[in-house]
Parts: sequence; C-alpha cells; structure tokens
Amino acid sequence: MATISVEGKDIEVDEEGYLVNLGDWFPGVATVMAEIDEVEMGDDHWDIINFLREYYEEYQIAPAVRVLTKAVAKKLGKAKGNSKYLYELFPYGPGKQACKFAGLPKPTGCV
Amino acid sequence: MSESIKKFMFVNTKAPYGTVYALESLEVVLISAAFDQSVSLVFCDDGVFQIANNQNTEASGMKNFSPAYKALGDYDINKIYVETESLEERGLTLDNIMALTYEDEDDDWAEKPSIIPATRAELADLMDEQDVVISS
Repeated sequence: MATISVEGKDIEVDEEGYLVNLGDWFPGVATVMAEIDEVEMGDDHWDIINFLREYYEEYQIAPAVRVLTKAVAKKLGKAKGNSKYLYELFPYGPGKQACKFAGLPKPTGCV
Repeated sequence: MSESIKKFMFVNTKAPYGTVYALESLEVVLISAAFDQSVSLVFCDDGVFQIANNQNTEASGMKNFSPAYKALGDYDINKIYVETESLEERGLTLDNIMALTYEDEDDDWAEKPSIIPATRAELADLMDEQDVVISS
C-alpha cells in the first residue's frame, strides 16, 4: 500500500492517491496532496474543500460535478458555482481532485 | 440528445443491510442520473426499509448510507414511489419514511416532496410505461 508523509505521519493512500481511511484526514493531508499535484492552495481552494467535507458529513456521498456546481452556486454564489471557476482551482476536475484533497472517496457517478 | 433520454425505473426490494443490493443500486441510480436520463425509484417489499427514518447501523458495524437518499433531489431524481401494501404489511406508515424532497427549478426552487405513495396496481401500470426496469 502506498503512503504519503504528512507532518511526520505516514498516511495510506490508494493507487489513485485517495485516502484509504477517511478518518485519517486533517488539513495537512490536503496541503501535501496539493503539493504532489502541483496545485497552490489558497482560500478559494479551502472554501471548496470545506464545502465538500460538510456535504459528505451530511449526505455520506461525494457529489458528482454537476451536483457540486449547483450546490456551490447556492451556498457560495454563482461566481463560484460554475465549472470554469472550479476547473481553474482544480485542473484535474473539481470532482476527482477536490474530493481527493478533502479526504473523500472518488465521487459516485464520476466519469 | 433528447431522443436518447430513456425512462429508467429502479425497483428496490431488499432490506438495506446484510446484502450489497441496496447500496449498489443507489450507486447505479446516481450514475444514471449523471447521464441525464429520466430516473424514478420504487421501494417495495423489504426495500421500504431502505428509506426508513432513524436508521442505526452501529450494532451491524456497517456504514449507515441512508443520508445519501437525501441527495437524490440534487441529482434531479424526484419520483420516488413507495408501495403502500408493503408499508402496511410491515406495520409502517409514511411517517416512518424519510421525507425526501427536491427543489423545483420551474417553480422558483420551491421545496417539494419526492415521495409518492402508490399501490401495487398503480406501480404495475407505471412499470409498463418504462423503457428500462431494473430490480434488485
């Protein structure tokens, strides 16, 4: 099993870089995953990651991109709730990459 | 694109935990919705327990995935039929079923109920209208 090193701890990840144990997540995990993917994390990234973690807490699923976009528009406004904005933040796909940083499983219905 | 939209009906007949059918069916439902198909769900027989209120899976050691049904509205799935005979046979009423809702885009995003009680005979007619019926 692959691991990533976060603040001196070895954290298990699967072959695509998603956490094996969702309970292992803490903010440092997202920071290290972002460094691996060469994404520079700013407040806008954290807004989406925190949003995803709240969504998962409530619904126990990682939302599909279409659902994420709609939900972000409702919560954070139309300027952020569009796929262009979300893809700029997470170039490998707001579903896949943001969910990974947030310590969630790969989104259901992600194609 | 519109001519390729098919009517899918997913019929859920089994208790939520103990087998993987309920969870797997839910995942297929979410995936089909992502492809812009017309999707409806039926809960009958022990399947009605899948959307029962206040599920507690602690003793079974399994994850309680029932909160995910609340997300169905976000996936534009708003026709969720519950068979009335199945409820009665199990001593349940609609009060024991999660009050699932969706927001109606054509009505200023008003929140509306997704749960539709239907008799066995009504469901048989509805199944006749579908392009695809998948049961688990």
